[in-house]
Amino acid sequence: MSTDLAIEATGLTKAFGETAVLRGLSLAVPRGTVFCLLGPNGAGKTTTVRILATLATADGGTARVAGLDVVAARKEVRRRTSLTGQHVAVDGAQTGDENLRMAGRLAGLSRKAARQRADDLLGQFGLAAAAGRRAVTYSGGMGRRLDLAAGLVSRPEVMFLDEPTTGLDLPGRQAVWRVVSELARSGVTIFLTTQYLEEADQLADRVAVLDGGVIVADDSPGALKQKAGGRELELELAAESSFAAVLRFLGKRVVRTEPESLVIGVATDGSGPAVRGLLDEIDPDRTRVRRFAVRDVSLDAVFLALTTPSILPQEETCDV
Amino acid sequence: MSELVVPAGPYAPPEIAAVPSASALTRGQVMIGRCLRLGWRNTDALITSLVLPVALMLMFVYLFGGAIRTGTAYHTYVVPGVLVLCAGYGSALTAIRLCEDMNGRIVDRLVSMNVGGAAIVAGHVVASAVRNAVSSAIVLAVAFAIGFRSHASAGAWLGAAGLLMAFIVAVSAVSAVIGLLVRSPEAANGCTFVLLFLPYPSSAFVPIATMPTWIRGFARHQPATPVIGSIRGLLLSQPIGSDPWLALAWCGGLLLASAAASLVVFQRRISRG
Repeated sequence: MSTDLAIEATGLTKAFGETAVLRGLSLAVPRGTVFCLLGPNGAGKTTTVRILATLATADGGTARVAGLDVVAARKEVRRRTSLTGQHVAVDGAQTGDENLRMAGRLAGLSRKAARQRADDLLGQFGLAAAAGRRAVTYSGGMGRRLDLAAGLVSRPEVMFLDEPTTGLDLPGRQAVWRVVSELARSGVTIFLTTQYLEEADQLADRVAVLDGGVIVADDSPGALKQKAGGRELELELAAESSFAAVLRFLGKRVVRTEPESLVIGVATDGSGPAVRGLLDEIDPDRTRVRRFAVRDVSLDAVFLALTTPSILPQEETCDV
Repeated sequence: MSELVVPAGPYAPPEIAAVPSASALTRGQVMIGRCLRLGWRNTDALITSLVLPVALMLMFVYLFGGAIRTGTAYHTYVVPGVLVLCAGYGSALTAIRLCEDMNGRIVDRLVSMNVGGAAIVAGHVVASAVRNAVSSAIVLAVAFAIGFRSHASAGAWLGAAGLLMAFIVAVSAVSAVIGLLVRSPEAANGCTFVLLFLPYPSSAFVPIATMPTWIRGFARHQPATPVIGSIRGLLLSQPIGSDPWLALAWCGGLLLASAAASLVVFQRRISRG
């Protein structure tokens, strides 16, 4: 085991009944970095977080967090980590202040130290004015900030943030992003899962894409985009027949399709000769392509290229 | 949200030795404090759990009392039964509270702070005991107001109070297991009906001898009967025989079995995620 790794997982497997959720997941997160786990709904993101945060046990494989085995040294791992999930985990009937003081006491602080810590965090998270109000009266963004603050009471080395911005409006999301960046700067290792690719792009030092229970890509956001060609040639086709023909012709080079608007995205380096060559190749008669544009590849394109589309409709998938 | 002050450090990881850890005692204390606070704030449930027992007693004494012959004044006969009935009723709330905790995300936070099932369940059971002690005291006060009299010694009072508390703790623990097993507070509420119903087929409200033969066997050999028998005997200075020991055995057995079951069920629910 390397000591500069905050999180290290090797060959994790987990099944719920007949359904295999993780099939040999391995990852490594250096200390003091922001690691983002991306994946479609039901890919096993939450399961991974729960295993690493010691709430669930893997069927196979090993994991070390903060240098400690998540099974053998479960309690010690819990003392050095904190978990903030996608649902606010505070007592609605307790005030913000009471929630934080409770967390402080559970983290082993004396009454006095817990009160002090709660006051500090309430101030830092802009909740001082709402400290005496029951958490149930907080807005979504305030609740999430209180939740983050509760996770920080114990000064964790590693923070697991499972979709910390799901359901928040943009200002709320930006507030969480600022907290994450600030924490990362102070040396805390952040393990983040998210549905928002923009979030991963902004925050993460490394992005891993989870699909079918294994990591299918693991690199910096920039390098991932580079692998997908760096740039994307967006083609708007003239007719459905051309759309189908071009799609067939390009095959695996397609990184993105929008059938309704007859748009196909192709990986390219964006250079003149390459773009011209590609256009000539697919459209020698100059009738098929109505419009084209060269764009920077978004992480969305990378994500879609790497993951297999879910067979289930969105509403029926569940995040396990 | 724009007013957010970015938290200033330091969040730098503390040294190994400096990582604090709450003792099991502290964790238990904190959880009890939490449950008491939450119970106190749930005004509707609080009022119901304090008022309904009194209403029940008044109903038995004034509505049914006239028609029931027990050999003693009915309010004298029925007070121990009402105390036990109320204990069952009040303890059943434990299932609902615990179920709400399990369904919410708070349980993940607690477990990730090393608070185990024991502390979480104990918090709810102790809070339930405190709540029920208060409601029992109110019921007794009203009983005195409507004419209940006892000439029992201080020792007998203490014994009766102790047995009632033992029953409350035992029923709360059973209720906790129900709360962990079911998936919704509504289901928890429904399942605890059994606990509410327990005092009826016993000597709580009518002498067992007046019941149909087929139910007498159950009525004589169920936990509420020796508890009620002992409390009635102690308060009214009647012979109690082995009832207190039977009552303690029932309560102790239920408590131990429930404690073991709740730890197992809790662990299973957590690891299923």
